[in-house]
Amino acid sequence: MAYSTIFPNPNIPGMGQTPITSPEGSPMSAVDTPSAPEGRQHEQVDTVVIRFCGDSGDGMQLTGTQFTNASAAFGNDVSTLPDFPAEIRAPAGTLFGVSGFQLCFSSQDIYTPGDEVDTLVAMNPAAFKTNIQDLKVGGTLIVNEDAFESSNLKKAKYESNPLEDAESLSKYRLFKVPMTRLTRDAVGDTLKSTKDKDRCKNFFAMGLVYWLYDRDKKPTLEFLAKKFARKPELIEANTLALDGGFNYGFSTEAFTVHYKVAPAQLEPGKYRKIMGNEATAWGLAAAAKLAGRELVYCGYPITPASDVLHYLAGLKHFGVKTFQAEDEIAAMCSLVGASYAGALTVTASSGPGICLKGEAMGLGMIAELPMVIVNVQRGGPSTGLPTKTEQSDLLLAMYGRNGESPLPVVAAATPGDCFHMAMEAMRIAVEFMTPVIFLSDGYVANGSEPWKIPKIDDLHRIDVKYLSEPNQDGEFMPYLRDDRLVRPWAKPGTPGLEHRIGGLEKADVTGNVEYDPDNHHHMTLIRQQKVDNIAESIPEQVVHGSQTGDVLVVSWGGTFGSVRAAVNQCISAGRNVGHAHIGYIHPFPNNLGDILGNFKKVLIPELNMGQLRFLIRGKFLCDAEGLNKIQGKPFKISEVVEKIDSMFE
Amino acid sequence: MSTALPVLTPKDFASDQEVRWCPRCGDYSILAQMKRVLPTLGIPKENFCFVSGIGCSSRFPYYLDTYGFHSIHGRAPAVATGVKLGNPELSVWVITGDGDALSIGGNHLMHAIRRNVNLNIILFNNRIYGLTKGQYSPTSEVGKKTKSTPLGSIDNPLNPLAVALGSEATFVARAVDMDTKHLIEILTRAAHHKGTSFVEVYQDCNVFNSMAFEYAANKRGNPEKGLKPKSENIVYLEHGKPLIFGEKNDKGIRLIEGRPEVVELGNGMTEDDLLFHDESAESAGIAFTLAQMHYPEFPEPLGILRDVDLPRYDEGVEAQMAHAIDVKGEGNLEDLFNSGDTWVVEE
Repeated sequence: MAYSTIFPNPNIPGMGQTPITSPEGSPMSAVDTPSAPEGRQHEQVDTVVIRFCGDSGDGMQLTGTQFTNASAAFGNDVSTLPDFPAEIRAPAGTLFGVSGFQLCFSSQDIYTPGDEVDTLVAMNPAAFKTNIQDLKVGGTLIVNEDAFESSNLKKAKYESNPLEDAESLSKYRLFKVPMTRLTRDAVGDTLKSTKDKDRCKNFFAMGLVYWLYDRDKKPTLEFLAKKFARKPELIEANTLALDGGFNYGFSTEAFTVHYKVAPAQLEPGKYRKIMGNEATAWGLAAAAKLAGRELVYCGYPITPASDVLHYLAGLKHFGVKTFQAEDEIAAMCSLVGASYAGALTVTASSGPGICLKGEAMGLGMIAELPMVIVNVQRGGPSTGLPTKTEQSDLLLAMYGRNGESPLPVVAAATPGDCFHMAMEAMRIAVEFMTPVIFLSDGYVANGSEPWKIPKIDDLHRIDVKYLSEPNQDGEFMPYLRDDRLVRPWAKPGTPGLEHRIGGLEKADVTGNVEYDPDNHHHMTLIRQQKVDNIAESIPEQVVHGSQTGDVLVVSWGGTFGSVRAAVNQCISAGRNVGHAHIGYIHPFPNNLGDILGNFKKVLIPELNMGQLRFLIRGKFLCDAEGLNKIQGKPFKISEVVEKIDSMFE
Repeated sequence: MSTALPVLTPKDFASDQEVRWCPRCGDYSILAQMKRVLPTLGIPKENFCFVSGIGCSSRFPYYLDTYGFHSIHGRAPAVATGVKLGNPELSVWVITGDGDALSIGGNHLMHAIRRNVNLNIILFNNRIYGLTKGQYSPTSEVGKKTKSTPLGSIDNPLNPLAVALGSEATFVARAVDMDTKHLIEILTRAAHHKGTSFVEVYQDCNVFNSMAFEYAANKRGNPEKGLKPKSENIVYLEHGKPLIFGEKNDKGIRLIEGRPEVVELGNGMTEDDLLFHDESAESAGIAFTLAQMHYPEFPEPLGILRDVDLPRYDEGVEAQMAHAIDVKGEGNLEDLFNSGDTWVVEE
């Protein structure tokens, strides 16, 4: 929901203010104490979009994450967008070393981290330069003025100090804060070196913004206590910095308004914050645990999928085996081997890695073994933009293997949905004896949102069945299929079921190597039919908004938030629009064709050049239109709204 | 009823598939000896799993009535590692060739070995690409004329044993396809070794690279070709014994300043002057020196160059899992989901 209150007061730069000692009373109090500057307002707002940006060494990710935790714990709906540079530690102060974290927190149900930034916190000139254009007119701009000195200005390619350009800054509420100096003052003698004191700057900024938005410090103080348990001086220093920033906000006359954002009315229940990759890992671990089996994860580090490996590596006590293979191909091959041995298996990678895995995925397919392949999509092609989001691997998922090699494909819509879809991917894999591709993306993988903690009993338990006896007249037929065309799972170590399988074409039922022409045609059709049969086991497609009408917006993957918010906006404006967000892409739900036929026009917004559009046009002969953006960024709500509106002209 | 394992015979291991290797291919002999070894290992038939890559060698699993996986080119060690992760109880064998293991598969071979996964890797080295009809391989000699190298290969070949030792292999051995008794002995020792057992088998591809190992296989030699009897061209390694070879056991190998030297016994040269073989030497240095002995300058070593006991990867994985449960207790999903910051939204 758009946030559009404009502040009445002009900006008053906060120069040379020394914070007074912290007042008594809870920082959560909405009532200002008598020692607060006069005339200060405490305003209620619905939704705030805040972005922290600075050097990659400035701790912006930490600041953003802490702020998100505080907001989520308070009960706001949150949505995040971390923005990391590809390099680990670019030279300090440079433009390509800028790291950012944007989040939207709200008392409403929100779907995205926000189109426009309301409050920008910029820790240095480079961050300022790369982010200022996203700050809305009338937005709040908080900068660390101490960082705007000649060497940093030079690195950011500024000829003069932009903070002195009063004219162009007049459209914002500018707060120039001497954060470096004030942090050093706040930390005092707790730390010896200036360099160490300066590292606490992000906590100063955090404290200031916590005051500005009435955030509770408690989760952050708990975080500090745990993270620096062995270095109490760091707990103290960062706490002092945090308090310093907080008090600065409280006591300076510069800040004439501070805000409260009430908790959102989410569905009743118990919540936690969850990140997409975390949810993916948990979904897979849960699927295996509930099935009473071990989970074998074989993977290779690749941005932005590595965290799935990291999370699972910490779950050994859940019966999760993680194997960091020597390369992407080894990871996929060991997955096939482990699956042949009877394990529940999964790997996670991104575009370039999935390409490498192609041949082995085909082997898994023709062997008809269960496994889950997670593609956390990133900007391509080739090495592309490793830390930026995109959804351009759909056709790769559908066709990226030699020969006719159909595989089921599912996709996650939000960070929390990764949990659900990961479990679904494993279910389909086991029930239909097939590798399954689960498409996630960088945005959903690294983004966070509140997640209603599911009751364990409500979660689906996969029934893993292994064959224990010969299945045809005292003999074992590895490819004797049931009525869904699924073959049995016979694992090595089972007496009497010795058999050989492999990548060569095989005769149906017996599984013996077979080059007969009719058999090859038959097997090709059977393998496709088996995947098509999955449609009977997945939910029907749901349409949000109008069920029939003028425009149907069809989307998939991480664009859910932007598209849903845009469709809601259009519906509120009186448009006859529906939204079908597809989670099961291959096979499609059985009713999708009918749904497409219920609307005059179909719009498919995608962060690619029209891959779902290609599939839908091909399968349904539907003249769908596309909205295609490949910038390594999610859709803005406004972009989708504009396009929907244009379809009514 | 007896609870002992059923007594198995070689016939029990024969699959119903017609064997399709070329007549007189060395693979037949390797298959026959494998069928003699498997029943003696005290392992139930259902616990064997043969994993192969692509090549003539890799058709091997189809001809054994065990669990088997004919995977993709070069990747058998990775697939096999996965099989061990999925079920550590299985006796997993990797059947590969010189192209499969040392060209496309070099990386996976290296890593399976350095992890010391409990696998038996049998590399059929015929110094050619047979299945694809005669291109040169990473072990083909310099100057080898083939379809893809009509003017002769200019690549320096790899030495499988040296690659294995360089990858820190804990068991390294070489045998010859038609040297049946010795091959049985080596395969048996490999099976009993815990950790990765790497065996190079000199294998004759009589269609595309016939007689490549005649020097190591022909007992009588071939005077027309200037080929001496094989006993002059190979030396059998035996743990604790000196390196002696020759039809009359009249020659030996000694080390001078770390380099091997062929010497004639007699005239003051006795067994005591020779290199005594130590399979279990901690350092692989001498094993590497032996691996570097090439015909015709030196007799080529057959037998076990190295057999040491080091931690096995698959056992380490199981141990870590058990340790994690000891430390953290068995995982509880409810605890996991409710960990960290949580909050409640009331009705």
